[in-house]
Amino acid sequence: MAKSVIPIGPYHPLQEEPEFFTLTVDGETVVDIDIQIGYNHRGIEKLSERKTFDQSTFVIERICGICSTNHPFAYTRAVEDIIQVEVPERAKYIRTIIAEGERIHSHLLWLGLAGHFLGYNTVYMWVWKLREEILDVMEILSGNRNSYAMFKPGGVRRDINAEDIPLVIKKIDSIIPTLTRLKKAIIDDPVLHARLKGIGILTKQEAIDYCALGPTSRASGVARDVRKDAPYGAYDRVEWDMIVTENGDVFDKVVVRILEMYESIKIVKTCLQNLPDGEIDLNIKDIPPGEGIGAAEAPRGETFHYVRSDGTNRPARHKVRAPTFMNLPTCKTTVIGETVSDATIILAGVDPCYCCTERMAVRSIKGKKLYNGQDLIRLSQEKTETIKKKMGIK
Amino acid sequence: MKLTLRALLKSPWVFHLSTGSCNNCDIEILDCLTPRFDIERFGMLLAPSIKHADILLVTGSCNRKSVIRLKRLYEQAPKPCLVVAIGECSMSRGIFIHSYNCPLPLDKIIPVDAYIPGCPPKPEAIISGAVKLIQKIKGTL
Repeated sequence: MAKSVIPIGPYHPLQEEPEFFTLTVDGETVVDIDIQIGYNHRGIEKLSERKTFDQSTFVIERICGICSTNHPFAYTRAVEDIIQVEVPERAKYIRTIIAEGERIHSHLLWLGLAGHFLGYNTVYMWVWKLREEILDVMEILSGNRNSYAMFKPGGVRRDINAEDIPLVIKKIDSIIPTLTRLKKAIIDDPVLHARLKGIGILTKQEAIDYCALGPTSRASGVARDVRKDAPYGAYDRVEWDMIVTENGDVFDKVVVRILEMYESIKIVKTCLQNLPDGEIDLNIKDIPPGEGIGAAEAPRGETFHYVRSDGTNRPARHKVRAPTFMNLPTCKTTVIGETVSDATIILAGVDPCYCCTERMAVRSIKGKKLYNGQDLIRLSQEKTETIKKKMGIK
Repeated sequence: MKLTLRALLKSPWVFHLSTGSCNNCDIEILDCLTPRFDIERFGMLLAPSIKHADILLVTGSCNRKSVIRLKRLYEQAPKPCLVVAIGECSMSRGIFIHSYNCPLPLDKIIPVDAYIPGCPPKPEAIISGAVKLIQKIKGTL
């Protein structure tokens, strides 16, 4: 049979970054994949060099709306690395609280979208409803649902009011029962076992070879987490566990993300309860010439920033390495050999946001249209239905 | 009012295009569809293709690579097609105004019917924008 090419993307409503995948398929099986990026290029590194060190945090925050804490976190750490200062304790705790709150909402977001791809739209709606609670918490703490603008070199911009803390803790506690119910529904579901176990396997060696990061590598048994390996913020002051699983399939990636949310809830609560008193900002005035690096564990993996200062009030060079840049190429091993209906969830498993699906179309070499993105999601959902029927579950 | 426009009022389907945004606006649009905000009560549904859609929601700062696709999509859209600019980036390019890769704001590229400001706009703002758009078509605003 003639090989067909599936162009996926570059645009889709649900996506995080416009990416363009080209899947080459032989019948149902994916035989090759090619990735093109650059649809979201806004020249952020160059823009950052035009702004002052303080203004840059706002540009950096808008690299990604979902990692809008961890990019400024890494950037401010890089600037602090140039000056060689330690931020005040209270600022460290506040930074940690915001970063972990973001991790919870990002993982919930991913879980909802993964549910949508598998034809579990109930999961999608439930999870996103649950996510609103976290966004409320972030709104109470920072004043905004997304881009929080809490970070600045040398500390944080806003303090957390003592009277908000009981309400925030109550709200965070209120999501645990629903989350546990979802966890049971997802982890113990035989259909999802049949659908997700053993597909898109990224072995430990492959994860190391591809330099996979974050939940993608931790699901493959690579115990790497910046928060543990090189603690920053208040991560070494609170008790929490790194979640590592061994199999590296999509199911394990789901498990890692769900369990990480519990750890994040634990960290946020401990930090809020033990919030130390004191200054929140060092009021840095001058930044000496020099270079600095900063890393932070974003929901998708380690994000890394390099900043060089030439003694003026603007960064002379600013380099950003986002986690998806490392995670995306792992699709090369995970997708190849799987069926088209599984490709959706495998690519989504990395959390690069593969939601570009809806704008893709399968074309045979002659140019005759076979499937579009909607059909592929339908294929994926139908497979779940078939498995359900085989198992006799309604 | 034209029949085509009147027919559009009951269930304006939206198609969403990110032209180099940071996802915040995109996520907030999706938030509108989920239980707490539930924009479906105005008959709005996310359409999988521009050919099924009545409203084009544009987010992001229209970078060079996506402008070509944006124009192509607008040409493919069945008319009347309303265009809504969501977020600061698509209104004026916001913080990216000095970027070398974002040459023009959205309304210099295609005609825009409604603007929803904010970075990102809250779902409430998006709903209010949707209602105003419907009122505008009815001619009551």
